Amino acid sequence: MSVVTPGRSASGHVAPPGQSGLPRLLPPLARASAGSAGTGRAAPPALDLLAHQRWHGMARFRGPALIEEAAAAGLTGRGGAAFPVARKLAAVAAAGPPAVVVGNAAEGEPASSKDAALVWLAPHLVLDGLQAAAEAVGARSAYLYVHARHDSRGGPDLAAHLRSALTSRRAAGTDHVGVELIEAPARFLAGEETAMVARINGGAARPGFKARRVFERGIGGRPTLVQNVETLAHLALIARHGAAWFRTVGTQDEPGSMLCTVHDPDGRIQIVETPIGTPLDRLLALGDDVQAVLVGGYHGAWLSPAAARQMSLSNADLRPAGAIVGAGVLVALSAAYCGLAETAHVARSLALESAGQCGPCFNGLPAIAAALAAVAQPRPAERELADLRRWAGLVAGRGACHHPDGTVRFVASALQVFATEIAEHGRGRCTATRRDQFLPLPAAPLTEFDWR
Amino acid sequence: MADVLSKVIVNPIACSGHGVCAELLPELITLDEWGYPVIAEGGAIPARLARTARRAVTDCPALALLLVPRGNSEEAQRPGGPRGGTLGT
Repeated sequence: MSVVTPGRSASGHVAPPGQSGLPRLLPPLARASAGSAGTGRAAPPALDLLAHQRWHGMARFRGPALIEEAAAAGLTGRGGAAFPVARKLAAVAAAGPPAVVVGNAAEGEPASSKDAALVWLAPHLVLDGLQAAAEAVGARSAYLYVHARHDSRGGPDLAAHLRSALTSRRAAGTDHVGVELIEAPARFLAGEETAMVARINGGAARPGFKARRVFERGIGGRPTLVQNVETLAHLALIARHGAAWFRTVGTQDEPGSMLCTVHDPDGRIQIVETPIGTPLDRLLALGDDVQAVLVGGYHGAWLSPAAARQMSLSNADLRPAGAIVGAGVLVALSAAYCGLAETAHVARSLALESAGQCGPCFNGLPAIAAALAAVAQPRPAERELADLRRWAGLVAGRGACHHPDGTVRFVASALQVFATEIAEHGRGRCTATRRDQFLPLPAAPLTEFDWR
Repeated sequence: MADVLSKVIVNPIACSGHGVCAELLPELITLDEWGYPVIAEGGAIPARLARTARRAVTDCPALALLLVPRGNSEEAQRPGGPRGGTLGT
């Protein structure tokens, strides 16, 4: 496990990427994470093109050989389906040129900043992966979809950072496929695949109805490969070191490493690169002061500390508990906070983040948020609890995207994990000692008009 | 064609909750408390309802009710699963 702590240098020896050592994705001298981006601290230096090339060396696998290597590596996307990257590459390649490749760095999840950290610290690894994927599928154009800034409170300008990285690559002649930078609006759903395609096609970044798959018909109606930027960075390393190297960490079924955004109970946020299968209690301090652990972000699930102590960071462990590894958000919530109030704040934000397109979502999510706000108060709320249990089953699976599903998963897990607190509230008591809000939410007010 | 190999699905973005489908196909479609359709049994159409299902599809004022091939097991294996991608993939 490797921990990159804001404001402190990474400690100790870092094995070169030719071995299994971590970190693989983040540069060896990374001094901080993009967690610092949001707190206004000075941004750490990124690897420039020359340093990047010296550190990582040249790719050995290209084109069809790279697809084979990605298949052998078992590299998957981080979505709910954990879809094999090689199969997506093969599908887009088979759909015939000219395909399009998109690197997705839109990190709408307020509790996640690992993509921002990766793009800031290792832009050339991401761009190498984008080029490798473009070559493998026969793409003639590529896009990078990114929030201009990681959060509305300021921080480094990721878009400008990438623009300058692209300029140095043009000067060096490293790229065969031109890359266009597209800015994502600061919305939770902006990075949803069809929302992203809609935005790049010139529209609003709202999810679409999936009549045709993006890999068949995406940007400009062409076969389109969409991968998260972390996945592209892994692909760039597999192109250099191969499948066997990739599999030296992780589990048999879920090989490799992943980036996580880890929120400690004291509010410290770290970006961690860790093997898949790492026990959760090695990633988070799960002491007696922790009342619950949120895994997978605001579309994820709460776990009790007792359950979390038994689990590792893998879908094999998390799926039976209704959670997934997802984008690697891990939050340890201190007992000082009210888990119900925290969940209610987030549910309200998620309701506001509905694209307002599907009836079950734009009706159901505000109703769920309002009921949860009542449950978060220290007074009986039997009717609201009954409503919540009914609505959770009612809205799931009925939107064009997974927003209603993810929201009810998050809310339903809160009703389970915070059952004791619900009982306390029913008796007019709340055990929390703090009334401020722990889970991060977007700072800027949202409007109807900011989907572009 | 609606036959035993078809199922009805709703395009939830196009659907504006007219409720015509639930009137025509109450065996398969009910309305939630906001007036939007809830489809039972994964939308699989029994042979006896094939004709009614076709009618419901053509009569939807929003053209939001669709007939698609049923039980395409490959669909669940596609990128993003049965209903497309999730966040951050």
